Amino acid sequence: MAIPIDLPVVQPRGKKGGFARRQEDAPESLREKTLELEAKGEWIVQRVPEPAAEVSTRSGGVKRVPLQHTWHHKSCGQCGHIPGYSTAIFWLHRKLGLEYHDPRDQTSCTAWNYYASATSNQAAQAAVAMRNFAAAYETGYYPQIHCATSYGHYKEVRAEMVHHKALRDQVREIMKKLGKPLVMPEEIVHYSEWVYAVRHEIAKRKVLDLSGITVTVHPACHYYKLVQEDAIYDPDVYGGQRTAVVTAVAQALGATVGDYSTWFDCCGFGFRHILVQRDFSRSFAVQRKIEAMRDEVNPDVTLTHDTGCVTTLDKSQFAAQAHEGVKAAIPVLSEAQFAALAMGAHPYRVCQLHWHAADYRPLLEKMGIDWQERWREFEDDVARLKANPGAFMTWEDADGDWAAPLAHPEHVKHGGR
Amino acid sequence: MTSRIEGSTIGRRGGPTTSYEEKERLFEEVRADLRFGDYLYGCYECGICVAVCPSARFYDFNPRRIAQAVAREDVELVWEQMNGEVWECSQCFSCLRCPRKNNPGGIVTIMREVAVKNGLRSAQQALEGYSRIIYKIMSTGTQVSPDMIRPEAFPDWGPTAKQTADNLEVWRRAMPPETMHTTATSWDVDDKTLTELYLIWHLTGVLDMIKTLDESLHMILVDVMEEKLEEAGYPLS
Repeated sequence: MAIPIDLPVVQPRGKKGGFARRQEDAPESLREKTLELEAKGEWIVQRVPEPAAEVSTRSGGVKRVPLQHTWHHKSCGQCGHIPGYSTAIFWLHRKLGLEYHDPRDQTSCTAWNYYASATSNQAAQAAVAMRNFAAAYETGYYPQIHCATSYGHYKEVRAEMVHHKALRDQVREIMKKLGKPLVMPEEIVHYSEWVYAVRHEIAKRKVLDLSGITVTVHPACHYYKLVQEDAIYDPDVYGGQRTAVVTAVAQALGATVGDYSTWFDCCGFGFRHILVQRDFSRSFAVQRKIEAMRDEVNPDVTLTHDTGCVTTLDKSQFAAQAHEGVKAAIPVLSEAQFAALAMGAHPYRVCQLHWHAADYRPLLEKMGIDWQERWREFEDDVARLKANPGAFMTWEDADGDWAAPLAHPEHVKHGGR
Repeated sequence: MTSRIEGSTIGRRGGPTTSYEEKERLFEEVRADLRFGDYLYGCYECGICVAVCPSARFYDFNPRRIAQAVAREDVELVWEQMNGEVWECSQCFSCLRCPRKNNPGGIVTIMREVAVKNGLRSAQQALEGYSRIIYKIMSTGTQVSPDMIRPEAFPDWGPTAKQTADNLEVWRRAMPPETMHTTATSWDVDDKTLTELYLIWHLTGVLDMIKTLDESLHMILVDVMEEKLEEAGYPLS
């Protein structure tokens, strides 16, 4: 039996029990170490381009999140089977008038394989990361990483590269053979940090009233548990005791965030398990996450910010319905999809919800979206595409009548705080 | 059935015929890994890692025992774990909540790599059914591609898997990002990018790991990579 906890989602600053880290206890700054290594000629550090938002981190530091001119390090799982996740991230950039580059000179981080099968090693993983960073540097655009596992793993790689000269030397030699420079970004930035930074600009452009929507948030393990110091924490959200990304976005959009006791648990993805041992993933996702959310909050939707979490929480609910007593599903979206819907994105052309397994239609109805009409439009699109084998949907097609006015980057410069 | 470890004849997990010296060699290989020093600092035996571990709830898996076994240099127990429970870890890294700053999940990563690299039969068994996924990531640079979502592979995902498979080609064109109109890869990856990835696998010994794990898979991968690498001036031989 889960025990609900009484931790307010919003806790005022300065409340009794507030915590300030002593200077002498401050954790190592990998950013500073990265810059020191540049000064010694070990590598090039790609600087965060302006305009950038300043956000607060778990260690009490400041992280600069670039708002535009970003190189989108896509996620293999998002693009592969929840493509509305990636599309929504791009769509938000376009609607906010923030330019980006969607590269073909990009591989996956390959960490799904590293964590699942161990058929890789430290040097290979570091070389894959540094190849992608070099590819971004060569374009002049700054990496924004869509997957929390890629983000967490690249932060592991950064720490290992900073700490071990032998590894740096080995990877530098590999980069030489590839004809690429050794480049480390000044900050490693996850897309959910960007959404957090621009949340107030998104809120200004929302076209739906979400005050009747209750959400639960699943924070992604590889976002805030792997190399934890520079994950975003905000004193105004959970009193700074949990990561603020996703929750702060839902609140800015006017939704109610409900708390549940198993928030710290992982989703059950397991890397190897989700592909070849899914009984574990299904049981864990349903018993430890979905049922706890249902019993303690009964949300309209659960939001998260990682590939594996959306996959596991969304896809695991179908089989569980065969069990007696397991009730209706909770729709699962990324906060990027939720924010895009709030700004008027098409649920199928942009958010691609037809790829999701748990029934999202009751949520759309409650948000005031006529999903039946939108689905009819999408089916018309599909019919047109079938009749024209070489054709594909464009961004202009996707917007239809929903185009919102573009914003200038300067408007969101201070969106982080 | 025998293991590929030289001098041993392991019929099953942790078989008694593997010499202590061989088990010790593998333990030393784990300990010699560059990451090891950052993953283990000792153990308070507080059990926080177990309390937050998803795999500990569903399997006979225990991150505290992993940390303790390597800390105590218990060669026999590490051997036993390397042949079994390490494959139950979810790699979520919830265990990084450790107040001693241990990383049991990271130790598991190293132990698994040593198991694969040395061709332990238990690793081959744990990864049965996984070859296609390894092939995909190593040969295309992206992992779960759209064409892998088949109803027979994911029957528990409900009707969505069948709908996706039935409409795959046109649904992929019915999305705006130009890089994503692909079915066999998650996005369109440049040929030059793939050649660079292949070179990384070659230069870092990953292809050798695959050869130890699954010779057939290795042959297929070499076949795929050979031409591109030779064109780029890097013969696999």
